[in-house]
Amino acid sequence: MDTLLMKRRRFLQGAALVTGGALLTTRRSFAGTGGDSRLIVVIMRGAVDGLAAVPPYGDPDYARLRGGLAIAAPGATDGALRLDNLFGLHPQLTFLQESFAAGELTVFHAAATGYRDRSHFDGQDVLESGVIVPHAAQTGWLNRALAAQPKTAGHGAERGVALGSNVPLIMRGPAAVASWAPTKLAELDEDTLQRIADLYSRDPMLGQRLGDAQAANTMAGDDSSGMRAGANNRYEEIIRATAGLLANDAGPRVAVFDTTGWDTHANEGGARGQLGNRLGALDGALRNLKTQLGPTWRNTAILAVTEFGRTAAVNGTGGSDHGTGTAAFLLGGAVHGGRVISDWPGLSAANLYQQRDVKPTLDVRAVFKGTLVEHMGVPAGSLDTVFPDSESVKPLRDLFRA
Amino acid sequence: MRDSTAAAIATNRFGLGARPGELAACVEDPRGWLEAQLKGPPPIIADPALQSTATMVATIDKVRAQNRVLRAGNPSALIAAVVKLGEIYRPAYVAEVTARLRLASTTDRPFVERITQFWSNHFAVSVDKAIILGVAGSYEREAIRPKVLGSFQDLLMAVERHPAMLLYLDNFRSVGPDSMLAVRAQERAGKTLGINENLAREIMELHTLGVDGGYTQADVTAFAKVITGWSIGATGKGIQAGGTPGEFYFRPNIHEPGAQTVRGRHYSQAGLGQGQSVLVDLAHSPATAQHIATQLARHFIADDPPPDLVNKVAQVFLRSGGDLPAVYRALIAEEAAWWQPLTKFKTPNDYVISAWRALDMPIDDARKVPPVFANLGQRVWSPNSPAGWPDRSADWDGASALMQRLRWADEIGQRFGARVNAVQLASQILGTTLSDNTRVALTRAASAAQAVTLLLAAPEFMRR
Repeated sequence: MDTLLMKRRRFLQGAALVTGGALLTTRRSFAGTGGDSRLIVVIMRGAVDGLAAVPPYGDPDYARLRGGLAIAAPGATDGALRLDNLFGLHPQLTFLQESFAAGELTVFHAAATGYRDRSHFDGQDVLESGVIVPHAAQTGWLNRALAAQPKTAGHGAERGVALGSNVPLIMRGPAAVASWAPTKLAELDEDTLQRIADLYSRDPMLGQRLGDAQAANTMAGDDSSGMRAGANNRYEEIIRATAGLLANDAGPRVAVFDTTGWDTHANEGGARGQLGNRLGALDGALRNLKTQLGPTWRNTAILAVTEFGRTAAVNGTGGSDHGTGTAAFLLGGAVHGGRVISDWPGLSAANLYQQRDVKPTLDVRAVFKGTLVEHMGVPAGSLDTVFPDSESVKPLRDLFRA
Repeated sequence: MRDSTAAAIATNRFGLGARPGELAACVEDPRGWLEAQLKGPPPIIADPALQSTATMVATIDKVRAQNRVLRAGNPSALIAAVVKLGEIYRPAYVAEVTARLRLASTTDRPFVERITQFWSNHFAVSVDKAIILGVAGSYEREAIRPKVLGSFQDLLMAVERHPAMLLYLDNFRSVGPDSMLAVRAQERAGKTLGINENLAREIMELHTLGVDGGYTQADVTAFAKVITGWSIGATGKGIQAGGTPGEFYFRPNIHEPGAQTVRGRHYSQAGLGQGQSVLVDLAHSPATAQHIATQLARHFIADDPPPDLVNKVAQVFLRSGGDLPAVYRALIAEEAAWWQPLTKFKTPNDYVISAWRALDMPIDDARKVPPVFANLGQRVWSPNSPAGWPDRSADWDGASALMQRLRWADEIGQRFGARVNAVQLASQILGTTLSDNTRVALTRAASAAQAVTLLLAAPEFMRR
């Protein structure tokens, strides 16, 4: 285990040596403009328990701290799915394990944004805005990155789409984006729509939204019979639409959708239970996404991130309270995966952040920046506007296949 | 003073959207019309079909116990008799949502109803947790509704000891690590029990001080210990013994003994009084005044309300000791509150209620009411977090969300258009905010149904 930890440290030091923008522009050929690349950001709202999703089963303090929440070592009944000698995946994350084995998943651990308090709402705001001060910005980093992408022909005006009724902060900003949500109400007829468009001719905001909605509907292959998302397939429609939109060469390149239910203060469960079910549902949804993307999967990267982690120790009600460091995932056919990237701080009392949380040793913005530059062709020189005041956070390199 | 633009603001922004005739009734003195609504006890929902929280929680406890016995018995014969809890929650939820819409769509004190819904969202519970489906409505009726014209302190106290809040934010089984029960569990079974800081944190962050209101992790932890024991009566064993089933119950045996320090103040009271003292101090903190004033001004005036106005309202909050009617009066006394109409984009909830009021629609089938809100993106009492629903335009004005509204507007037009003169109705409910552009479009509509759809789609009906 020691050697592995050393290796991880060296990897990060290597990354930290990359300082200027010059090196960052020596990028792989196909990703040159980010033209074919697809990026899907899955926001896991509510603070995902990184110690459950990616249990550090090899850490000597893990089982003691976690009590009934602890995931057993690989090989045991309901044990973790092995990643290496230190980390495993939650047993419900079978698709992620297959992806790891196929070299299509990179797991980050002890990761966090620059935010260090424990409010969901501020934490999500920082995660999405890319600005360290909560509520200091009205636009999101993903949108600013889209605005900074070199303009290329061959796809629609809107490079981004938000799946869900409304556009989350991460996707708001100067670049035009579409949004898409499941429907079960009947479509309006052409004449009424035209009249409403006329009504909105002097209202730029509503006019724009109406146009966006019509464009997104056409592209998502929305048949107006509109299946409803039931409890058992909560992600089914979202996944179908995401795949439909991104697999379309004329469609958007970047999608974002939300998942919720991660705020496990009570009865979190271990290998089975509340959190296990949520993880299993998301894992199944990602598997479907891969299938439905077809050949587009090859060019796809999926970032699954949360606002912060949870307490290292189990709390008084079989759950965990708001914490700091946690896990993040980078998945997809474009990813140079099969790796856990973590400078693992350990879970001994002295190593916990404020004696309670996983100490963050990796700023997730390094992952975001690496993804934007290497995968999406965002010029390294634009990173200052995408992530203001983060010069010390260098993009992680080598996250994608050559 | 007679003012037709102010009348449109009073009915549509401070109220819930004008009913036909309402503008005419308030145009002589729009502010006076609002102030008059603050007098007298708040309207209640008196519907014998609705259950109390205590009845619901006690029923659920009983059914759970029965289900356990059934499952432990001969499976095949008995499992069929297991009662699914959702079958108990759902009819209660449908009845509550319908009763709430019925009041909101007909009340002649719409300002008070908007205030009520504001507080219900400020102190949000969410059906994300299954049992809340059964008690969200009774929580609003019991803890919020009767208190909205009293003091903030009384409202806060009613909320934080209500079983729905204690269930939603987990406090009912948060155990002091040195409490009698925890010590005994450790000695007898080697079991470690402890606190859950969820409610304590959200009281400070969301309900009172605000996230920047000046508190630390240590304060959250200490406060969580202070309110250990704030729980719910039940008929089980151990942590579930004692009290009246389904009602607030202070459990001395899980309360953390001893004094605590919260935000630099020492609280040495024993038992329930300790938590009450902290809540009283939180209720009267300047940070709370500022936080509440900001939330109110954002809801009632504009996404980014003028800071001067917020400060003045906060001052009144502090000076009056959190007297809520005084705070509401301060809000509408500000000139800036009346500067311009249509500053807020309606939430789906606002939108549906205002349509119901404008068209005076009947409620034929209660089961069809909750899906209306859900389809438009705001299932009643289901925010994703204890922060409640967000309150800015950008949170609601997405393209798909707009499209859903339009589809619903179309359905309403087709159902009710035949009996409505949309052109006449438009000037009755929108007054001077009705634009020429919209008026002309309504006049030229292809059918009465389409005219109603266009009225509900109009920019001035999308905003308040």
